[in-house]
Amino acid sequence: MIDIFLEIFISPLGYQFMQRAFLAAIVVGVICGVLGSLLILRKLALMGDAISHAVLPGVAFSYILGINFFIGAAVTGVATALGIGFITENSKIKEDSAIGIMFSAAFAVGILIISKLRTNIDLFHILFGNILGVSRSDLRLISILGFIVIALIIIFFKELKLSSFDPIMAKSIGLPTEAIHYMLMVMLSFTVVASLQTVGIVLVVAMLITPGATAYLLTERLSTMILLSAFFGVLSALLGLYLSYHLNLASGAAIVVVSTLFFFLAMVFSPQEGLILRVKDNDCLANN
Amino acid sequence: MMRMYEAVRLKDITISYDGNSPVIEGASCVINKGSKVGIIGPNGAGKSTLMKAIVGLLPFKGEVEIFGKSLKQSYEKVVYLPQQEEIDWKFPVSVFDVVMMGRYVHLGWFKGPTKEDYKIVEESLKEVDLWEYRDRQVGKLSGGQRQRVFLARALAQKAEIFLLDEPFEGVDQETEERICDFLDRLSKEGKTVIVVHHDLKKAKDYFDDLIMINHRIVAYGPTSQVFIPTYIEKTFSKESVILEKGLVILK
Repeated sequence: MIDIFLEIFISPLGYQFMQRAFLAAIVVGVICGVLGSLLILRKLALMGDAISHAVLPGVAFSYILGINFFIGAAVTGVATALGIGFITENSKIKEDSAIGIMFSAAFAVGILIISKLRTNIDLFHILFGNILGVSRSDLRLISILGFIVIALIIIFFKELKLSSFDPIMAKSIGLPTEAIHYMLMVMLSFTVVASLQTVGIVLVVAMLITPGATAYLLTERLSTMILLSAFFGVLSALLGLYLSYHLNLASGAAIVVVSTLFFFLAMVFSPQEGLILRVKDNDCLANN
Repeated sequence: MMRMYEAVRLKDITISYDGNSPVIEGASCVINKGSKVGIIGPNGAGKSTLMKAIVGLLPFKGEVEIFGKSLKQSYEKVVYLPQQEEIDWKFPVSVFDVVMMGRYVHLGWFKGPTKEDYKIVEESLKEVDLWEYRDRQVGKLSGGQRQRVFLARALAQKAEIFLLDEPFEGVDQETEERICDFLDRLSKEGKTVIVVHHDLKKAKDYFDDLIMINHRIVAYGPTSQVFIPTYIEKTFSKESVILEKGLVILK
């Protein structure tokens, strides 16, 4: 029994690339979970998907210019968010359509650049992640980005909470609600870059939204929700990584499937909102 | 020049959305400190819009003065109570947390609440009889209790000017009376209360002064002087029928 446990959970840690993959998975699980909670409460899930795709051309540009990935990613991420805002405000196009237009455009530009220029960027790895290829410098970048995102959320927690719950009041006491929104977009771009190798651009939205949604079903406190979300993010990332290692599966996809499983478990068993509870309630009503 | 009893001064306020014809045109008036003012007018007359401009939620032409100063210098003095449907009631936040938000304007950036802030929140919650509900998620309250949470938040802000957008909407008779008593008390303490209201029957009893609007200010002054058939007809045009003794029924 213990042998099997050791074999499954401990032996992979003997490899350095696995150690780095684990650390990356933990950091990404935490930041996606924390930031994702805020995105859900601000109804920005779709925006999360958009910005994650919009990061692709930024990564390609950065590669060409020889600068750090996260600079280009933040620039194209925020530019896309601004573009979406501009279309929504200056035409009769609604926000969901504006999101659809802008993010696919940015994504297409990114693919064009990568396919045209002879770079050794592996598109497949950017899109779907390559967690086993996390290098020492990658890990450092991921940790720095993670630190920035978490620090900003802690510093501005009060303002984020108020502007998410009651944007009208936030504005009426003079909080710069638009600046807060774009700060979140920058953080989102950073988070996507940090997650590139773990889950990839296409699936990062699942890491942002699913753990947060799971936590949302289980608690009525914002701080608890954020902690739980980080917990589910890390747990999914680690279990997904083990699955990926032992069964030779794509890591990003394995992580997303695990986190979705947790979501459905919460959906059924949540003490407050769970389906089982509702069925019981209905039974009680029927009996009375 | 500002006089001692002046709380809000509107100077030629014009508000329009997307360059369409203005929702509010050339509105000017002075609201006295300690008065209870009703903003009344037909649907779509710009009542809520005018109120939102006073709090700085909308861009507008003209000027708003709060105690002789610009709005930017007076954020903590003005508090706006939103309409119930403007709030996400499933948000994971407790009653206590919501009331604490009233202290944020005083805290400033990077600072958490002090003991003093906790005390003020406790007092405010006790004032509206919701202290025992402090740990409850804010959506798990009745309509009337939710309204009182926002009143407590306004109290915690220690504001001078209270703006309420349809506070009696969707609350029971008992809550309505409580809110009325509460507004009376505020006004007796020298706070200025401005309420967007659509029920003409009660307008007469509830407010010292009325601002009657239909895109423009039709009449403004003490209720007894402006709540008369001439102005009511002018404000509500075809929507209303005037009965004897100034009683009005909306069609």
